[in-house]
Amino acid sequence: MSFVTPLWPPQASAYAEQVDRLFLGFSALTVLLVLPVFILIGIFALKYRRGRDVDRTHRTRGSVWLETSWAAGPFLLVLGFFAWGVALYVDAQTEPVGALEISGTAKQWMWKFSHHPGGQREINELHVPAGEPVKITLTSQDVIHSLYLPALRLKQDVLPGRYTTLSFTADRPGTYALRCAEFCGANHAVMGGRIVVQTPRDYAQWLSRSGADKSLAERGKLLFRQYGCSGCHGPASSVKAPDLAGLYGRPVSLESGETIIADDQYIRDSILFPHRAIAAGYPPIMPTFRNVIEEEDLIALTAFIRNTRAEDWREEE
Amino acid sequence: MSDASPLQESADPPPPRETPEEQVSYLRAGYSLKSWFFTTDHKRIAILYMVAIMFFFVVGGAAAVLMRLDLATPSADLLTSDGYNRAFTMHGVIMVWFFLIPSIPTTFGNFLIPLMIGARDLAFPRLNLLSWYIYVIAGFFTLYSLVAGGVDTGWTFYTPLSTMFANGHVMAALSAVFIVGFSSILTGLNFIVTVHKLRAPGMTWGRLPLFIWSHYATSLVLLLATPVLSITLVLLAAERMLGVGIFDPALGGDPLLYQHLFWFYSHPAVYIMLLPAMGVVSELVAAAAHKQVFGYWFIAYSSMAIAALGFLVWGHHMFVSGQSMYASAIFSLLSVAVAVPSAIKVYNWTATFYKGSVSFDPAFLFAMSFIGLFVIGGMTGLMLAMLAVDVHLHDTYFVVAHFHYIMVGGTVSAFFGALHFWWPKITGRDYTKMWGGLTAVLIFGGFNMTFFPQFLLGYLGMPRRYHSYDPEFQVLHLLSSAGASILAVGYMLPVFYLGWSLRWGKPAETNPWGATGLEWTVPSPPPKHNFEEVPVVVEGPYHYPLKHPASRD
Ligand code: HEC
Ligand code: HEM
Ligand SMILES: [Cu+2]
Ligand SMILES: [Cu+2]
Repeated sequence: MSFVTPLWPPQASAYAEQVDRLFLGFSALTVLLVLPVFILIGIFALKYRRGRDVDRTHRTRGSVWLETSWAAGPFLLVLGFFAWGVALYVDAQTEPVGALEISGTAKQWMWKFSHHPGGQREINELHVPAGEPVKITLTSQDVIHSLYLPALRLKQDVLPGRYTTLSFTADRPGTYALRCAEFCGANHAVMGGRIVVQTPRDYAQWLSRSGADKSLAERGKLLFRQYGCSGCHGPASSVKAPDLAGLYGRPVSLESGETIIADDQYIRDSILFPHRAIAAGYPPIMPTFRNVIEEEDLIALTAFIRNTRAEDWREEE
Repeated sequence: MSDASPLQESADPPPPRETPEEQVSYLRAGYSLKSWFFTTDHKRIAILYMVAIMFFFVVGGAAAVLMRLDLATPSADLLTSDGYNRAFTMHGVIMVWFFLIPSIPTTFGNFLIPLMIGARDLAFPRLNLLSWYIYVIAGFFTLYSLVAGGVDTGWTFYTPLSTMFANGHVMAALSAVFIVGFSSILTGLNFIVTVHKLRAPGMTWGRLPLFIWSHYATSLVLLLATPVLSITLVLLAAERMLGVGIFDPALGGDPLLYQHLFWFYSHPAVYIMLLPAMGVVSELVAAAAHKQVFGYWFIAYSSMAIAALGFLVWGHHMFVSGQSMYASAIFSLLSVAVAVPSAIKVYNWTATFYKGSVSFDPAFLFAMSFIGLFVIGGMTGLMLAMLAVDVHLHDTYFVVAHFHYIMVGGTVSAFFGALHFWWPKITGRDYTKMWGGLTAVLIFGGFNMTFFPQFLLGYLGMPRRYHSYDPEFQVLHLLSSAGASILAVGYMLPVFYLGWSLRWGKPAETNPWGATGLEWTVPSPPPKHNFEEVPVVVEGPYHYPLKHPASRD
């Protein structure tokens, strides 16, 4: 057994340091608010213990002034920390522009990550470059999991049927824990691995060493043909189906009269539940690919649809 | 006698005389099984509950012992992973629904509410008995699910794990929780009607003991929150059994909907567990200080405020679930607000000791233990309400430590305090004070040693519900397991000296602590129908010093 107990978790980012500062600040406030209570109870209990002859005259039954001040004082102090906590949280939730995109899928009991630009895939390990903003888009194949990176003080639940995102900029190269924080069944405790933060040089090396031959979008393009999507959606097709080039991020008007922005979630749902949201003016003939396409392939398809501008599309066919 | 204030107590014990039929103590009013199992006497029903609840406390505790033993080493040795998951699920289900929620209300609440307000019984005595039977039936479902092989979902039954993936006896556990809910609802209803309708003449709302106020607030929450849980469990069952898509996205459902519904009940439920304990502590503090409590109305209304605000903060369990950023910010703010009435109580208790006449009885020590542990539990709860901090600490041992400080450090300490304070009244026997004091100290020390290291574990990044863990965490886990064994000794000690008192203890006086309150004006143990004559109340509660303090020592 190891008798070495770390006293503090490693800080792999500036954000982690800020969270620690907030936590320590609040701990100080806790001591400030709690100590007077403990000390006063001790003093009162000893000084006024039964049988002791002390002055007990002028007892009061209450004081509105006191009540107001001990309700409002601590409340206002805590409000300051509340604002600080919200500010940091908003900071962490705001997606950085130009972030390196990684997709993560969780399943009982494994994490899989794919790096968008190079298409590299890894299991239970996550390599990221230091100093560069990273955005991980997460989804689960079965139950709810939660991606927990203690060294970054970050955690995000991973839901089936939904995309959630986790963004960060890790600063300090090193190897840190990666864990699942949401109870997900028998092997929840071992559903973990590590996050490796590398200098951009090392990261580039790692990318080339784990060389996938295709980017995620290129793999998606292949799948687009394999699954027969191009039969309807391709430019040469005779079926009346929407042109998917340039679709991503655009508003789409639906048969129901609503308008929806075509994001990851919309594209995923269009493939799995095509009848839920029919694009206006098109026949509802797209078959459902539920139970046919795996989460990882969905991610690749989405990456492909997202990356294709109208021109690429044409020259392709 | 009729013009005398009921709060006065004669210094000499009443002369022995032939007691008329209705003056026979409730314990002697029949010895047959039937006289217990078909009783409608709130005091006997309280004893029935006490027995049933202690049984489940022991079963839930056994699961905790298994877990702590297993966690002494980083590897998975004593239990299989599945076994560990079943142990903490059973531990959670039993401790929450079969111990904590009913603990104080159905035992001390049941016993004391009529006595404190000057009534002969609860408003619906037979409904009261029915509530106990419902509890017992639900208990059998729990035991069945345990014996049949357990459940592997956690007491939170998160979807879609619980509906589509778990293969334990989920339906049996769901039924148990569903059924026991009706027991809660009926108890809440009974208390509310009793407090409204059966107060003795002169017992105005402003003269109610604070114990009654907190039980009144608790009952409102029981009545309003529990049905939400019942409905949620029915939906869960429909998805699991019939495949109706409600929560599982593969069936077109929404898994977060479940979390919203569950916590809409379960956050108020933590106040169901806590408010009665606060009521107990208000009584213990006043009796220990022998002084009018400071800020009566502030303590009374803060119970009501907690009951109301408790319904508005469920989203603080979902900060990392993918709920909107704005919702999270609002829930965080409301969670700060919900702490205010709790803080008010703590400050008022503190002020009550000022110029009091404080005695270091076991009940006082348990009350101190409650305040100390509850304050730490509450402050760490506020830390968790700070969004960026919660993102790191959610679902780690920090949370486990936080809720144990409140539920075990707080509520269970108050439960033991109540047991030591009202034991002479309930059983008519005195126990050895020294042992009571020693127990309070052992529990306080053992508790801190068990759960304080878990705050550190949590901040270091150890997630909860982990069967095996990184070796770097072992030292803290070992400390925690060692503390748990001290804690276990502390919890077991009362079995001996309280048990001893039942047979060999001195008969208790009517008012052994010299405390105010109508329950201390009737003999110990109280007669079957509580009051010989309906008491007339002429003054507020906690009217110290007593005009004729029934002196002890
Ligand atoms: C049988 C022909 C057919 C096939 C095969 C098909 N689709 Fe479709 N798809 C359609 C039609 C028609 C629509 C428009 C109606 C609707 O929204 O369902 C559509 C709509 C969509 C949309 C929404 C577009 C918008 O403008 O709102 C996406 C995204 C999409 N399909 C992706 C795919 C992918 C990826 C595949 C292969 C896995 C695929 N489709 C296979 C016919 C098809
Ligand atoms: C007496 C000593 C106790 C010990 C040593 C103990 C220990 C534990 C442990 C190890 C866990 C599991 C944490 C994890 O794996 O993440 C746990 C969970 C829990 N405990 Fe205790 N516990 C004790 C008493 C209690 C009591 C008295 C209550 C209630 C009154 C209680 C309520 C809970 C709850 C609600 C959970 C969460 C269960 C879940 O997450 O499903 N515990 N406890
Ligand atoms: Cu998990
Ligand atoms: Cu809560």
